[in-house]
Amino acid sequence: MSDTAIDRIARRTPPHIARRVRGLSDRAIAWIFITPTILLLLAVNIFPLIWTVWLSFTNYRANRPGAEVQWVGLQNYQRILGNPETWQSMQATAHFLLWTLALQVAIGFALAWLINARFRGSDLWTTIIVLPMMLSPAVVGNFWTFLYQPQIGIFNSVVAFLTGADPAGFSMIGDVRLAPWAIVIVDTWMWTPFVMLICLAGLRSIPPSIYEAAECDRASKWRQFWTITLPMVLPFLMLAVLFRGIENFKMFDLVVQLTGGGPGSTTELTSINLKREAFEKWRTGFASAYAVILFVTVFGLASIYVKALNRVKAR
Amino acid sequence: MSGYSITEPSRRTKWLAGVLVAAYAVITLIPLLWIIATGFKSNTDAIAYPPKVVFTPTLEGYVNLFTVQNRATPAQLAENPPETWYDRIVADRGMVISGPSRFGERFINSVIIGFGSTFLSVLLGTLAAYAFSRYRVPLKDDLLFFILSTRMMPPIAVAIPIFLMFRWAGLSDTHAGMILLYTAVNLSLAVWLLKGFIDEIPREYEEAALIDGYTRFQAFVKIVLPQAATGIASTAIFCLIFAWNEYAFAVLLTSGTAQTAPPFIPTIIGVGGRDWPAVAAGATLFLVPVMVFTILLRRHLLRGITFGAVRK
Repeated sequence: MSDTAIDRIARRTPPHIARRVRGLSDRAIAWIFITPTILLLLAVNIFPLIWTVWLSFTNYRANRPGAEVQWVGLQNYQRILGNPETWQSMQATAHFLLWTLALQVAIGFALAWLINARFRGSDLWTTIIVLPMMLSPAVVGNFWTFLYQPQIGIFNSVVAFLTGADPAGFSMIGDVRLAPWAIVIVDTWMWTPFVMLICLAGLRSIPPSIYEAAECDRASKWRQFWTITLPMVLPFLMLAVLFRGIENFKMFDLVVQLTGGGPGSTTELTSINLKREAFEKWRTGFASAYAVILFVTVFGLASIYVKALNRVKAR
Repeated sequence: MSGYSITEPSRRTKWLAGVLVAAYAVITLIPLLWIIATGFKSNTDAIAYPPKVVFTPTLEGYVNLFTVQNRATPAQLAENPPETWYDRIVADRGMVISGPSRFGERFINSVIIGFGSTFLSVLLGTLAAYAFSRYRVPLKDDLLFFILSTRMMPPIAVAIPIFLMFRWAGLSDTHAGMILLYTAVNLSLAVWLLKGFIDEIPREYEEAALIDGYTRFQAFVKIVLPQAATGIASTAIFCLIFAWNEYAFAVLLTSGTAQTAPPFIPTIIGVGGRDWPAVAAGATLFLVPVMVFTILLRRHLLRGITFGAVRK
C-alpha cells in the first residue's frame, strides 16, 4: 500500500485521538458529516428568511440603523397589495413567464425530438446549443443591449434583412411595446437548451420495444407520437416547466442588465421592483413584506403544480 | 439487412433533423461569435452601419479594457514616444496610458471566490452526501427536502437580511463573505448530485475494506472518494460555473475590494459613449473559459443538468 497523506497524518495522530476516531460510531460519523451543511444552510437560508418575516411587520430602514424601529402590523402588506405598481410588475412578470415557458417548451421539445433521431454529429450540435445557458446572464444580457441597438445592432440588421423594415426604425429595448418581447427573446435564446436537455432525457428513457410493438400493430407515426411519445415525455416536460417557472419568477440579473426595468416600468419584473424598494428607496420593512409575498406565491404555485405533476406521473 | 430496426428513423429523416438542428445551433451561436468578434474591432468598426462582418482585427479593445488612459497633446506624445505595442495603439488615438484598470482585480476576485466556494461546497457536500447515502439518518427525507428547498428562494428576497447580517458581522465586500454565501447557495445542488453518484458505488467495496481492517473513515477516503472522483469533478464544475456567473448577490453585497467580474463588466464605459470593444473584450475573457469547459466536459455536464429530472 502506498504511503499517502492520510497514512502520514494517521501515523502522526496521538494514540488517544486515534482510538477515538477509530472508535467513532457510524451514527457519530453521520452527524459529523452532515452537521456543517445543515448549519450553513440554516445560517444563510433559514435564519434570514425568519428575519425577513419579522422585518416585514416593522418600518425598519437599513440606511438609518440608529432610528427607532416600530411595529406596524400588517400595514406593509396592505400597502403592497393596494399599490398599482405592484400589480403592474406582477403583470409584467406574468407576461414574461407565460411567453418564455410557451416558447421554450415548444422549441425545446421540437429540438429534443429532432436530436433524438440520432443523426451524425448530434453530440456536437447539442453542445453548441447548450452554450448560452452556461454563461453569465448579467454579462450576456448587458451585451445584448448592443445587439439590440437601432441601426448598428446585428439583431436589428437581421430583422431588417428578413422583413425589409428600416433597421434604424425600431428599438427593441427603447420601445414600450417591444421591450417585453426583447427580454422574452433573450431568455428563450438562453434557456431553451435546458428544456431541450430534459426532454431529451425523457425521450431516451422510452424503451424502443414500445415503438416496435406499436409498429407491429400498424399504428401510424402520427398516432405513435400522440399515444406514446408525448404521454411518456410529459412528466419530464412538466418538470422542466417547473424548474424554468421558478427560475423565471425569480428572474433578476438578465433583465436588469438588458432593460433595467424600462422603458418606464414596462419590464420591471417583481424582483427588479423589489430591489428598487429594498436597495434604492431603502424601505427595508416594506421590501421584506414584498419578499414574503413573492416567496409565498412561488411556493404556493409550485406546490399546486407539483400535485398536478404527481397525478400525471401516477397515470 | 443486419442490424436494421423498424424503429430506426430513415436516412432522409435523419438528414432533415440534422439540418434543422444545425441551423438552430448556428443561430444560437451568432450572438456569442459577435461578442468575440466585437472584442477585436476598432471602435469605429464596432458601431459601423451596416454592422461589419469583415474587419481588420485590432487589440484596441483589450488595451482599453486593461488600462486607464488620459488625453495627451501631440507635443506631449512627441516628447514621450510610445515604446510598447500597447502604448502605440493608445497613442494612435491621442491618448497615454496612466495606469492599469480595475478589470484585472475583478477577474482575480472572480477566480478566488469561484474556486474557494467550489472547494468548500464540494467538501461539505461530499461529506453530507456520503452520510445520507450510507447511514441511517433520522428524518433523512425531510432533511434532504429541506436542503433542496433552500434553492427555491429568490436571491433578492434573502438578500435583505443577508445584507444586514454581513454588515453586522463585517463580512460585506469581503472575499470570505462571498465564499461563504456562494457555498451555501451551491451546497443544496452539490449534496443532491453527489448523493446520486455515491449511491451508485457498490457498498461491497467498502465492506471488503472494513473487513481488511480499515476504519470507516479510511474506507471513505481510500475507497469511496476515488470511485466518486468523476462525480465530484462534475459537481465541482457546476458549482464553479454558478459562482462564476452569479450577479444578484455580487452586485448587492460587494462594491470595491471583493467585487467580481459580472457586476463590473457592465460598468465599463469609454470616453464619449460606451466602449463596446472593451466591453466585448471583457465579456470574451470572462465567457470563453466557460464555453471551453462546456465543450470539453460535455458528457459529464449534460448528465448533471438532466440529473435532477431523471432521478425524481
